[in-house]
Amino acid sequence: MTKSISEAEKTTGTTQFVTVRIAGQLFGVPIEIVHEVFTPDRITHVPLSPPEIEGVLNLRGRIVTMVNMRRLLGVPSSGTATTAVGIERFGEAFGLIIDAVGEVLVLEAAKRESNPANLDPRWAELVTGVHRLTGELMLVLDVERALARLGARRTAA
Amino acid sequence: MDDLLREFLTETSESLDVADVELVKFERDPNNREILNNIFRLVHTIKGTCGFIGLSRLAALAHAAETLMDKFREGIPVTPDAVSLVLVTIDRVKLILTELEISEGIEPEGSDADLIDELLAMATDPPAAAEVEEELPSASVVQMGTIVHQTLERELLPGEVSLDELERLFRQTEVEVVPPKAKASAKSPPPKAAAKEKPAAKEKAPAKEKAAAKDKPIAVVKTVAENEPATAAKRGDDENAPGTPIAAQSIRVSVGMLEHLMTMVSELVLTRNQLLEIARRNEDHDYKVSLQRLSNVTGELQDAIMRTRMQPIGNAWQKLPRIVRDLAQELGKQVDLQMTGSETELDRQVLDQIKDPLTHMVRNSADHGLEFPDDRRRAGKPEKGVIRLSAYHEGGFVIVKISDDGKGLDLARIKAKALENGLADEAELAKMSEGQIFRFIFAAGFSTAAKVTSVSGRGVGMDVVRANIESIGGTVDVQSKAGVGSTFIIKIPLTLAIMPALIVEVSGERFAIPQNTVLELVRIQADSEHAVRRLNDAPVLCLRNQLLPMLHLGRLLGLDAGKPEGYVDEDFENRLIAVMDVGNERFGIVLDSVSHTEEIVVKPMSSVLRQVSLVSGSTILGDGHVIMIVDPNGLAQAVAAGSEASMTSTMADAVQQDTSDAFMSLLLFSAGSDDIKAVPLSLVTRLEELERDTIEKVDGRAVIQYRGKLIPVIRADGELAERGTGTQPMLIFSHDARVMGLAVDKIVDIVESSLDLQLSSSSPHVLGGAIIDGRATEILDVGYFLSMALGEENEQEQEAGAQPRLLLVDDSPFYRNLIQPVLRGRGYSVTACASAQEALERLTSDSPYDAIISDVEMPGMDGFRFAEMVRGDLGLTHVPIIAMAGSNPAIAIQRGRAAGFTECVSKFDRPGLISALQEFTGQEFTGSAEGEAA
Repeated sequence: MTKSISEAEKTTGTTQFVTVRIAGQLFGVPIEIVHEVFTPDRITHVPLSPPEIEGVLNLRGRIVTMVNMRRLLGVPSSGTATTAVGIERFGEAFGLIIDAVGEVLVLEAAKRESNPANLDPRWAELVTGVHRLTGELMLVLDVERALARLGARRTAA
Repeated sequence: MDDLLREFLTETSESLDVADVELVKFERDPNNREILNNIFRLVHTIKGTCGFIGLSRLAALAHAAETLMDKFREGIPVTPDAVSLVLVTIDRVKLILTELEISEGIEPEGSDADLIDELLAMATDPPAAAEVEEELPSASVVQMGTIVHQTLERELLPGEVSLDELERLFRQTEVEVVPPKAKASAKSPPPKAAAKEKPAAKEKAPAKEKAAAKDKPIAVVKTVAENEPATAAKRGDDENAPGTPIAAQSIRVSVGMLEHLMTMVSELVLTRNQLLEIARRNEDHDYKVSLQRLSNVTGELQDAIMRTRMQPIGNAWQKLPRIVRDLAQELGKQVDLQMTGSETELDRQVLDQIKDPLTHMVRNSADHGLEFPDDRRRAGKPEKGVIRLSAYHEGGFVIVKISDDGKGLDLARIKAKALENGLADEAELAKMSEGQIFRFIFAAGFSTAAKVTSVSGRGVGMDVVRANIESIGGTVDVQSKAGVGSTFIIKIPLTLAIMPALIVEVSGERFAIPQNTVLELVRIQADSEHAVRRLNDAPVLCLRNQLLPMLHLGRLLGLDAGKPEGYVDEDFENRLIAVMDVGNERFGIVLDSVSHTEEIVVKPMSSVLRQVSLVSGSTILGDGHVIMIVDPNGLAQAVAAGSEASMTSTMADAVQQDTSDAFMSLLLFSAGSDDIKAVPLSLVTRLEELERDTIEKVDGRAVIQYRGKLIPVIRADGELAERGTGTQPMLIFSHDARVMGLAVDKIVDIVESSLDLQLSSSSPHVLGGAIIDGRATEILDVGYFLSMALGEENEQEQEAGAQPRLLLVDDSPFYRNLIQPVLRGRGYSVTACASAQEALERLTSDSPYDAIISDVEMPGMDGFRFAEMVRGDLGLTHVPIIAMAGSNPAIAIQRGRAAGFTECVSKFDRPGLISALQEFTGQEFTGSAEGEAA
């Protein structure tokens, strides 16, 4: 994934982001890794699972592991999951539960700035940079690391 | 990597695996020209292909090996050294192949000159054995030089020496019959035939484990018998005939394709299930016939696809002869590896999973199971040890057994190790069957190998073996008999992809339970014979003479978290209990309801969820919902863990119990008369049901053979047990190594009741009478039976009066349980502590005690230190402290006095203890037996 981003950056110097909103903050997810946006329905809770994992659901015959992004970022969960971004990692399907999905932005890679030093370390771990948009900031979400964190939790637990 | 190279790599790996097996066989049977020819052909094929695709390094190595093999064909003797050299060469070839694969077709740098030199030297310079040949007049081998190649010289291991002898004998006989050369040319197929057979040989070579990688093709040869190298060799020259049609009948399909097909069929099954679900809800019959047809076809398709994934278990065994051979040489043992049922098929996914555990276990058997030849001879066994590997189908499972005729597992050492590792305490061990104790070897980090060899330590990794097998829903068990050998039994499901499951509901959520682990469903009703009883807080199910621990699935899965504390303690009435049987562990799980059974398609858990121990996967139901599959092995582990937890809670409760209304679990039974009799359940090691004719007589006493021991049997009404017919329920009591059986007529129930002795008793075997469950019940004195059966002195009396308060300190739950009823029966109020620390806390916080009874030997703070603390730190100078010495009272008395003990009695001298108590507590007695006790 990171490879494809850098390739895109090399050829055009731009990256396309799907913007999502989590707890009021705008995040950008590289468009290449977003398979779809869907409304989670009938999530089955997995007993004894880490709190960041909302559960699993059946998405057209595939079992998708739903990750509660709010909990992963350490902000209180909003209750019912309404929107999710479907991604795939090592052949497994994941759904990132977010508050809302926004538009697709084409941003120049060169304009990406590094994380501000005072960013919450919990967030800084999952964010690989900041883009200044008109009126607000968009954090670039590193999905790989977000999912790796779930795995890391597991080994720690 | 181009296709040609990929094909080459797969093929060559397969050929090499076959070569490994063949070579080991060849070493054992050097006269067998067919085996030799097979190996020659394999090496030749490798050489040819290497040359063709320009792998010069490999080609050179293979060429050298071929040259040597050719010499063998010409008749130079085959020594173990020579075989070793060829095996080393094959290992080198494998190494190069691995690097080829990594580097995508570029041969690694390096030279094989060393090996090539050795090979060629061996070929032109027949070694030691040939020298011997020369001295024999009848030897007609090709004459070669007599210098032994230096690099081959090494200390010969015992096994090798005898092989050389054997070799010479073989050669002598052979020459007398047919000259080797003539034999070779007569029996070996002409080169043309060999060439023609190449494709057949390729197809026959079973798929290697590398085929697990998705992009590699495997041989899908459904002619299983042909697929087996062992049989291939036996078929000898005839194999050309059936060989050609086989090649024509089978094609190679990539594993990736098969996986894809399997996934698609799984989806199809799901869709069918969904349709069936809809059909169940609808009354419309129009499409039901078609749907039924679709359902059947889907089932058949599923079955067929499943079969394409099946591979003979022999594929997982292929490397074993070589491993065992190398190991035997290294260890100086003689091992005969016998394999049966290698054609037994199972899913390749399962096969991949068990390959490593199997290898590990066979190594273990060779390394630790089998004794050294000297030891075997001393034990009256043939020097050559046998490892038997067998596989067969049973139900939906494949059973694999690995047995050796070695020395068996060392029970004493396992016990010691279990104690050392804190896996069990003495009391628990005493209650365990041999099988349960043997199973400790599967516990994590459990190794009993006194000497850890380079190869393995028996037990090192057995936990990994178990984990691997359990991860595919299998179980592993061990049986062992000292001096006779051990058998490991692995039970693995045929396939992991689809299985029948019971859909149940627990705490508002649905779960699937693999049906093959569910024995039966029981509904608990007030008047039903199956009752749920509570032992302390732990519920058990009384089901036809069995006591099964019960698990609350909802609580285990954390689903009752929001419920009030008392929730799980609700009635079990009208609840459903699934009786599970997992790896010989039986238990019940409490369910809310059971909806139906369904063929579920198992979807693996996402990698981030795999740590969830009680859930093994998920599935999509007919209605589209995802549900979790409960992992029966996880539950079984929870049962084991739960018993520990309840054990500790029992101890804690024992300490915290208000002494005036101590509740006890009592086992009720009848014996002799209709009267109900009872013993504290905690004193019962085990309930057994034996055939009455197994009761034998020794020295006028009734005995039974129980786990290899003779144990005395006494009837609960004090009579001697008689031999007869029918079954005999029996309570087994044990203390330390002493075990006895108490024969009863019928086990009635288990109840929780306060042990409030209302009547004293004149019979020595009865503690007294109490009201239990509204019935007058005799409370039997287990101590009396123990001492009667085991020939100890015993006295009994009963008294009443004010209750002096005693503090009992003993780390052994058994002894605490044994002594408490006795003391209570004598009118003492007893508070029991499991450690000196606890006792000290009690002494500081509770109201004063009239006397303290303390064990001398305890882990942590011992009795002497405890007494010193009581006298010194707590300043309790007047309270009598009675020491109970286990092994050596004389020493204990001396030290005990110095430490501050008032009196010291032997642990099993109950009259002594009672009289000491009487003396120091100044207790008044009303009982008539006073004089006797004093």
